[in-house]
Amino acid sequence: MEDRILLAHGSGGKLSHELIQKSFVSALGNPVLDRLDDSAVLEPGSGGRLAFTTDSYVVSPIFFPGGDIGRLAVCGTVNDLSMSGATPLYLSLSFIIEEGLLFNELEKVVDSIRKTADEAGIQIVTGDTKVVNQGDADKLFINTSGVGIIPEGIDISGANARPGDRIIVSGALGDHGIAIMSQREGLSFSTTLKSDCAPLNHLVADMLDESRLINCLRDPTRGGLATTLNEIAKQSGVGIKLEEKNIPVRDEVRGACELLGLDPLYIANEGKLIAIVEENTSEGIVNRMKKNIYGKEAVIIGRVCSEHPGRVVIKTPFGSSRILDMLSGELLPRIC
Amino acid sequence: MKFIDEYRQPELAKKLVDRIHLRSKKPVRLMEFCGGHTVSIFKYGIRQLLPDTIEMLSGPGCPVCVTANADLDKAIALAQLPDVIIISFGDMIRVPGSYSSLQKAKAEGCDVRVVYSVLDAIQIARENPDKSVIFIGIGFETTAPTIAAGVLQAEQEKIDNFYILPLHKLCPPIMKSILDLGEVRLNGIVCPGHVSTIIGSYPYRFLAEDYDIACVVSGFEPLDILLCIEMLVEQIENEDYKVEIAYRRGVKPEGNPQAISLMENVFEVGNADWRGIGVVTESGLKLKDKYEKYDAEKNFEINPGPVREAKGCLCGSILRGVSIPLDCTLFRRTCTPEHPVGPCMVSSEGTCATYYHYGDDDGG
Amino acid sequence: MCLAIPALVKSIDGYQAEVEIGGVSRRASIQLTPEVRVGEYVLLHTGYAISVIDAEEAEETLNLLREISEAS
Repeated sequence: MEDRILLAHGSGGKLSHELIQKSFVSALGNPVLDRLDDSAVLEPGSGGRLAFTTDSYVVSPIFFPGGDIGRLAVCGTVNDLSMSGATPLYLSLSFIIEEGLLFNELEKVVDSIRKTADEAGIQIVTGDTKVVNQGDADKLFINTSGVGIIPEGIDISGANARPGDRIIVSGALGDHGIAIMSQREGLSFSTTLKSDCAPLNHLVADMLDESRLINCLRDPTRGGLATTLNEIAKQSGVGIKLEEKNIPVRDEVRGACELLGLDPLYIANEGKLIAIVEENTSEGIVNRMKKNIYGKEAVIIGRVCSEHPGRVVIKTPFGSSRILDMLSGELLPRIC
Repeated sequence: MKFIDEYRQPELAKKLVDRIHLRSKKPVRLMEFCGGHTVSIFKYGIRQLLPDTIEMLSGPGCPVCVTANADLDKAIALAQLPDVIIISFGDMIRVPGSYSSLQKAKAEGCDVRVVYSVLDAIQIARENPDKSVIFIGIGFETTAPTIAAGVLQAEQEKIDNFYILPLHKLCPPIMKSILDLGEVRLNGIVCPGHVSTIIGSYPYRFLAEDYDIACVVSGFEPLDILLCIEMLVEQIENEDYKVEIAYRRGVKPEGNPQAISLMENVFEVGNADWRGIGVVTESGLKLKDKYEKYDAEKNFEINPGPVREAKGCLCGSILRGVSIPLDCTLFRRTCTPEHPVGPCMVSSEGTCATYYHYGDDDGG
Repeated sequence: MCLAIPALVKSIDGYQAEVEIGGVSRRASIQLTPEVRVGEYVLLHTGYAISVIDAEEAEETLNLLREISEAS
């Protein structure tokens, strides 16, 4: 096989079949995928509602400290399903490959997808491959969709937050965004920080096993904690009060944010979740989360209130308060 | 983080606040000049902690905000030339000029890049010898020496595809201009922190001597700002106006002579166009003739078109300390960070953006 | 006006230094502070050290703050 992927690999002929067999099916194979029918035929079982999500991944660079575009794609989709309380089951994967991508880079990505899918316990059941001209895609774009089943009796939504609820975050914020930024031209700084990219479905399963009084779950990806909480506040028509000193941020994220003039509360996370839960169940849930590898640093950071509906207010360690707004525009480093 | 965390201790802050409450009897108006100070003041909710006797105003110390439309239009026109890579510090690319913005120019296919340092721009010049790499030089005296150092490095390495669009501005002259406009009465000034690291504290003496204004050079952490305010209050209560340094770990009275010397080697003082104020004599920096081969304005032919100002935008009077964002009819309605009309809403430390993001004084 | 943050100088090579803040490292130019030594802290602004932090003055300021605190 050639070193690099060619346009011919995407044309549907022999080379395409070779690519699919050798690079995808052999790594990801399962009884459904192996059939390579035009559709995956599944038996979803009875009970519960269907959760369905889609996402596209265009991250650059495709390999970054702590992960790669493949792991990100699986985690992102699995997490979206988990945030509605669904047990994630099946994913589709669509690759748009830039002509010239090295085979071994594609193989590394697929290997990472396989490992992450195994960790999450989901199956990749269908896929697609296209190859575009050089310059028409940035090495590799991945589109996914995912389905899962929400068990009976679970109703988790951004509109369900109620005054008195406590807000929990599963761990330190800002790792992913800073790890990616450290690879960008013009901003290069070196850090041992890794992306926190992780599948959270087992953590969510543990939390739901502990208590069904979980009203909202969301993963603070683009826009960070601030944007996510603003979305929920607006959706639920409630106010949110946060204690700044309780919000966990690693020293290295703080350092990078100081360097660039950014706020960790707006930086993307790919392996963290926010849970809004009824007050009397909150301590129990936090303790249960701490027993999971992805919830070790779980902590309560605030509460839901009826004042200032739609707004998030954060209390500083100095006793003063300020509004924590959504992210506007891009995160641009400032000089002043 | 050393030299940061120690100046964020809440218990010490509380005691400082108590002392300010105790000492401040006269109603006073203080202005913080620097955009970085504005951000810190809002981020830590400092205004809420102060007694009613103290009114705080934000000044024009945001280099992005004070860049005039005419200058921004030049930058955009340069970006639109063939084989040009235009490079900027982050905040600049979203500011709307008369017709467009650098961000829009990028979406239209121009090569616009954001860097953290002029050194990164020089690297881009090395890597792209067939392109003209133009760096938009904004900033006050804190940044100008770094750009001067960049120009000298380009000269030393014989990099001949590197250019600067020099839009640097100076603080003491604009402080004088604003006071001379007579629109604002100030009792004290929170003097810029890192500008002073370069120029020292002597250049502010005229404020105390000629205008009877209390001056204290401040750092950026909450304890730094509160200490500065306490020292300003003391000066005002004692009617003893002088220039003091609260930020002693970062500022010496004589500044950084090496940096000043580099700046004076490469730049000379000239007139500068300040948004909302107009052309102020001797308030900006131009490249000296011996470095004109690095001057983008002298090496490229552009025709940006007539300047247009946004209607209803109060940025100008906000920068002069005469209005606050809440006075502007566009604020939060047609002018938001997603759809900014003026630069004060674009720059992450523009007064309007700060009010918008952090809330009003009462934090709600 | 300007974002400059205290960073520790880890190594120096001519006019280049490796500086660190909170575990994040970056290269910086010390052209404006050629007198700096490894182990000292500088104020880092857009990739340049613009001054060497005076550790004694820093301690003096903290002492002043503590005095004010005790007097209240």
